[in-house]
Amino acid sequence: MGGGLAALAVAGCGSNTGREEAGGGGSEGGKPALAQWYHQYGEPGTQQAVERYAKEYADAAVTVQWSPGDYDKKVASALLTDSGPDVFEYGNGPSIDMIKGGQVVDLTDLLGDAKSDFTPSLIERMSYQGKLYAIPQVTDMQLLVYRKSLLQQAGVEPPTTVDELLAAAKKLTTDKVKGLFVGNDGGVGILGGPALWSAGVDYLTKDNQFGFDDPAAVESLRKLRELFTSKSLLLGAPTDWSDPSAFTQGLTAMQFTGLWTFPQLQKAFPDDFGVLPWPKLNASTGAPSVTVGAYGAAVSTKAKDVEAAKKFVQWLWVDQTDKQLDWAQTYGFHIPARKSLAERADKLKSGPAADAVKFVNEVGHAQNPLLWTPKSGTAYSDALNRIIKNGTDPATEIKAVKAVVDAELQRIAG
Amino acid sequence: MSAPATSRTRPTAEDRPPVSLTTRLRGRYDRNLWFAIFVGPFVLGLAVFVYVPIVWSVVLSFFDARNTVTPTDFVGLGNYLDMLRDSAFRSSLLTFVVFALFIVPTTFVVSLGLALLVHRARFARTFFRSVFFLPTACSYVVASLIWKLSIFNGVRFGLANTVLGWFGLEPVAWLSVTQPPWYWLVLVTARMWLQAGFYMILFLAGLQRISPSLYEAAAIDGATGWRVLRYVTLPQLRATSTAVLLLLLINAFQAFDEFYNLLSSSGQYPPYARPPLVYLYYAALGQGQDFGHGSAGAVILTLMIALIALAQGRFLGLGRRDD
Repeated sequence: MGGGLAALAVAGCGSNTGREEAGGGGSEGGKPALAQWYHQYGEPGTQQAVERYAKEYADAAVTVQWSPGDYDKKVASALLTDSGPDVFEYGNGPSIDMIKGGQVVDLTDLLGDAKSDFTPSLIERMSYQGKLYAIPQVTDMQLLVYRKSLLQQAGVEPPTTVDELLAAAKKLTTDKVKGLFVGNDGGVGILGGPALWSAGVDYLTKDNQFGFDDPAAVESLRKLRELFTSKSLLLGAPTDWSDPSAFTQGLTAMQFTGLWTFPQLQKAFPDDFGVLPWPKLNASTGAPSVTVGAYGAAVSTKAKDVEAAKKFVQWLWVDQTDKQLDWAQTYGFHIPARKSLAERADKLKSGPAADAVKFVNEVGHAQNPLLWTPKSGTAYSDALNRIIKNGTDPATEIKAVKAVVDAELQRIAG
Repeated sequence: MSAPATSRTRPTAEDRPPVSLTTRLRGRYDRNLWFAIFVGPFVLGLAVFVYVPIVWSVVLSFFDARNTVTPTDFVGLGNYLDMLRDSAFRSSLLTFVVFALFIVPTTFVVSLGLALLVHRARFARTFFRSVFFLPTACSYVVASLIWKLSIFNGVRFGLANTVLGWFGLEPVAWLSVTQPPWYWLVLVTARMWLQAGFYMILFLAGLQRISPSLYEAAAIDGATGWRVLRYVTLPQLRATSTAVLLLLLINAFQAFDEFYNLLSSSGQYPPYARPPLVYLYYAALGQGQDFGHGSAGAVILTLMIALIALAQGRFLGLGRRDD
């Protein structure tokens, strides 16, 4: 096992970087050779699109590597080696340990005048100590979707508080259809953030201290347990929350899912679905919320030609606005990361999509803060598991998470 | 009488022509050379991909190695102490113990039972051997997905829930609930289906080594059925049983695939079913990339497996003469 760990680390993920093999150390025909890595997108046409963008770039020979499987771990391992990517995308930008470990390049100077056009919360999420480490490529979001006709039949209004959501889920549950689907783990994977925002608190405070040692958070997490035991939650569906199948196949009346599922939802139920944020805790506490995330383009410090890699990122994700709009709108359903482009996106101007964009602007929260490390994430996720599935005391669990998070914040500060 | 002209005396070292170092290295008929040509690449591969990483991993365990495999901050035994104090790591060991308590005896009994049945089968013996052995060829990942998506999914049309439905029972979310912990049933049946055939073959080999004269003697003494099994078959299978138990325990320690594929979702993993390898995978190769703590955990785990295997071998008499 020990050998296995180190072997994987040393070997990275093989020597195939996706970069064109060329003489002269990373150049081809006088032009720099760059390897650009993406995770495997689900929408047809996406791979061809990024390959076309890469081909159109005149100042470097860019080769796209499309990576199915556990992309995040693959990138993290590859960055340790000399055979990693030059340019790569990463969910919500590079991690704090990548930044502190000097694995990614400062991209602050690439935005220029366009800085004010990018969604501020995304720029903030991808920055550390005033320096920007990734350029947001596209905005994604998670929200509640519901079947209008099923709610009408059951005489249920779209819920605006968690208690109303619980009552609605119960009322919508029949022999064949469950009221709500929040993932096969009962919401452990995706409701951690919404449960906090619902209670008016957050992962960390503005000054980067632990943010939810609070009775409202305790109450909000207790509601997740209540939902899990209510028998109105769909559990063990063949596909998980990120796929709309459970909703489109009629297994559930409401589902917490992502904006990317809209094309399938529209095809299955034209004009018969609506969207909602995760509701606030109760009439007097908290606020509704939607989860906002974005893949960001980053440059490895081990790139053969860092300047060439930076110029390519600037060309694609800052200058080429038409390509950015194409990327966000043509293949799937995403919100462009720039405000001016979001205003030009025709698909986002009406119906549930327009509501979703409104939620992003009004009640959107970045998925988690930059200083929320994987260790903090695991501690919170473990606590959620125990609270939701075993019914352990949320207050005790929150205290245990706080101890881990405080230690992590101290480590980062040190 | 003089010695015959044809008689020869054994040549002494001085008589033989001098042998060059190259010739000696190549060996008689170039045996050494061919040995090196055939074995060398594999030894090199073993060294590069197994022994060097193992040594490197042990080195990393003494350093603060986050997002790097060439660390500079020596922390001594700090990573080891952290791991031993880490309640999540300790609970992963507990998960393993529970899993081993389920899987080792059940697989042992099932594979021995299958071997006895197949050994005594009067017809279609080869067919049954093949049927029971075939699952061994199936990937753990594929089997896990079949178990998760087809047999034990939580909706009413999953295979297991369909059967429950025939008896008027409610569908069960097998992998989502912990009260009761149905996920153990899914984990154990998946592994048992995959590995029982392999151990059945080991037991079959052991059964075929038992001399028929022992059974004849037992029959003359009037022993039948259970008494033959108790006093002839099982004692004769002692060496095989010991090896099977040891392999089962080590395999249980190495459990990863079915746990990971059955229980991970959306990048999350529940703490209650996280055996040591899954825990170390997340610690070292997850987004945290904490090779120092991951390596320390791996060394601790390796030592534990070695100690348990030694203790078990001593207790059960592995390597002792099978007399």
